Amino acid sequence: MLFIEDLQVELGGKVILDHIDLEIKPGETHVLFGPNGSGKTSLLMTIVGYPQYKVIKGKIIFKGQDITNAPINERARLGIGMSYQRPPTIHGLKTRQIVDICSKGKADVEEMAGRVNFSDFLERDVNAGFSGGEIKRSELLQLLAQDPDLMLFDEPESGVDLENIALVGRTIAALLQRDHEIFQEASKTKMQLKRERTKMGLIITHTGYILDYVNADKGQVLFDGMLSCVSNPREILTCIGESGYAECVKCIVQKN
Amino acid sequence: MHSSEELRKRAAKVADKKAAIGPDVDLSAFQMAPVPHKYLADEELCELPVEEQKRLLMAGLDVTEKERGGTYFQKDTSVIHCEAKQEGIEVIPIRRALEQNDWIRDYYWKLVAVDTDKYTAAAELNLHDGYVIRALPGTKSIYPVQACLYLDKESLQQNVHNIIIAEEGSELHIITGCASAPHLKKGAHVGISEFYVKKNAKLSFTMIHNWAEDMVVRPRSAAIVEEGGLFINNYICMKPVKTLQMYPSTDLIGEGAIARFYSIIVGSPGSEYDVGGRIRLKKKGTKAEIVTRTISNGAKIIARGHLIGEVAGIKAHLECKGLIINGGVMHAIPELEAHAEGVEMSHEAAVGKIAEEEISYLMSRGLTSEEATSTIVRGFLNVDIPGLPPQLKAEIDKVIQQGDKDTM
Repeated sequence: MLFIEDLQVELGGKVILDHIDLEIKPGETHVLFGPNGSGKTSLLMTIVGYPQYKVIKGKIIFKGQDITNAPINERARLGIGMSYQRPPTIHGLKTRQIVDICSKGKADVEEMAGRVNFSDFLERDVNAGFSGGEIKRSELLQLLAQDPDLMLFDEPESGVDLENIALVGRTIAALLQRDHEIFQEASKTKMQLKRERTKMGLIITHTGYILDYVNADKGQVLFDGMLSCVSNPREILTCIGESGYAECVKCIVQKN
Repeated sequence: MHSSEELRKRAAKVADKKAAIGPDVDLSAFQMAPVPHKYLADEELCELPVEEQKRLLMAGLDVTEKERGGTYFQKDTSVIHCEAKQEGIEVIPIRRALEQNDWIRDYYWKLVAVDTDKYTAAAELNLHDGYVIRALPGTKSIYPVQACLYLDKESLQQNVHNIIIAEEGSELHIITGCASAPHLKKGAHVGISEFYVKKNAKLSFTMIHNWAEDMVVRPRSAAIVEEGGLFINNYICMKPVKTLQMYPSTDLIGEGAIARFYSIIVGSPGSEYDVGGRIRLKKKGTKAEIVTRTISNGAKIIARGHLIGEVAGIKAHLECKGLIINGGVMHAIPELEAHAEGVEMSHEAAVGKIAEEEISYLMSRGLTSEEATSTIVRGFLNVDIPGLPPQLKAEIDKVIQQGDKDTM
């Protein structure tokens, strides 16, 4: 379980997240909405543990451990993984090698790359000259190899062409143990599968396309550094579609 | 012989002439008297002390001679092993060649001027030895030939002269190491190398330097590449040295000739490296590339590169990237010189640090901060060298990995 309590975060001396309370139970996937610059990526980076995101107040508990000040690799070891929107290029390091690093040498790299249609990129330097869609598939390949329990996705569908959007959506569903929602595995009942599900997800999306593949449990709206609303993700999407984020302003005003 | 007298005269005139660049070295601090060592048979090579064997291996010399097309091994001033293992490949000590092979006079001091400076003078006036490695026309090297110039005697100035010839249509790969014994502190190495890549020949020359804190190193090399020839020149130095200065130059004298220089230098505190490469593109369709990766690690590193395009229809690129880690100085001096309309020449130089963002990214995949750093450094030093046999690529990777472990 991920449990965030009254979190306040500073970046470059400026408070960018405030009063954040968030709980993701085992097996749950949440979707995070919010306008540009509202702090969505910052929240993900804070959970992953980037040191420039300074936690001023509050705490982050993961699997019962206080990880508020834990280094990034410690959190990775505990089972937190992220699919980045704009990961850095690492020259001289082959994609094959980083997949090996993610799986600690245990993964069948070829087979995994095949699953995300990425076999031709294994000998390329990590993220070097990758298009938006290629970056997404590279990130998903790394998550497949890492197999974390909590997965953070930063706009996984942005820049992905129509041909690959289904592949990306289905891969995320598989990672989050939700692929039966599309593939209808017959051996177990849906309720059984849901009960056995352990993987947690937090997905940033603007478009909501990902909801066609991943039936998220909850939607959250981050507005101006604060979580303003928790509801059914489809409802939130419809509301934002109709009246933008104006509703969120109202909510925050009411809260305060 | 008239010509050899002439050479000695010219050398004697410049016996005290300082080099054009690099700190001046007082050569009187070193001895040049011959140091005799016993010639070693194949099996005796393998009986060298383990520590020494390791040191040799790091400089590319495998005493078992497995997967090697030949060996030249010089300790101090004496040749202790020399043989070719493939038909069509010749490995000859240069002193013997100068006595027995007339043809060597067509190559000896023909590319490097004997009166360049006091180092070239020393190599003529007090030549210890050196190797001549030649691939006969059409011969394709199956395994690389290995050569090692080893310094064991304290305070010795080793003067060598090497000549490498890839005859028409041949393919020759050489891995050569210069190394000093683990106990050695002070010494000087003066090495003249002249490379001849003939029509449609291919030569790869991979040089690994493993020196010591108080070593002075002054190589002087030059090459010509004829029509359709390819010359790949790799240089790796990851060990300390007091001062190393070299500026090898290559002339592309035939249409379609190609030269590629790749240098990887990881400095050590207190060491000074002044390295560069100059390539003259003299004919249509010639191509040149100079790629340098340097890590300061407390050293002073000057990385020079000079591309000279003399005619239209040439293509040349210079890439020099440096990382400053653990202090030091990095001075990149890339030069492009074009003499004709229609040349295509470019360069990029960058000096930076390891990006925090890259470390964090790898940490989020499970690596510790130290593991992430060394992964990034290894990647930085990992240069793709087209045309290099996989075996040599593996040798380079091995040296880099080991060097990386030692320095980081």
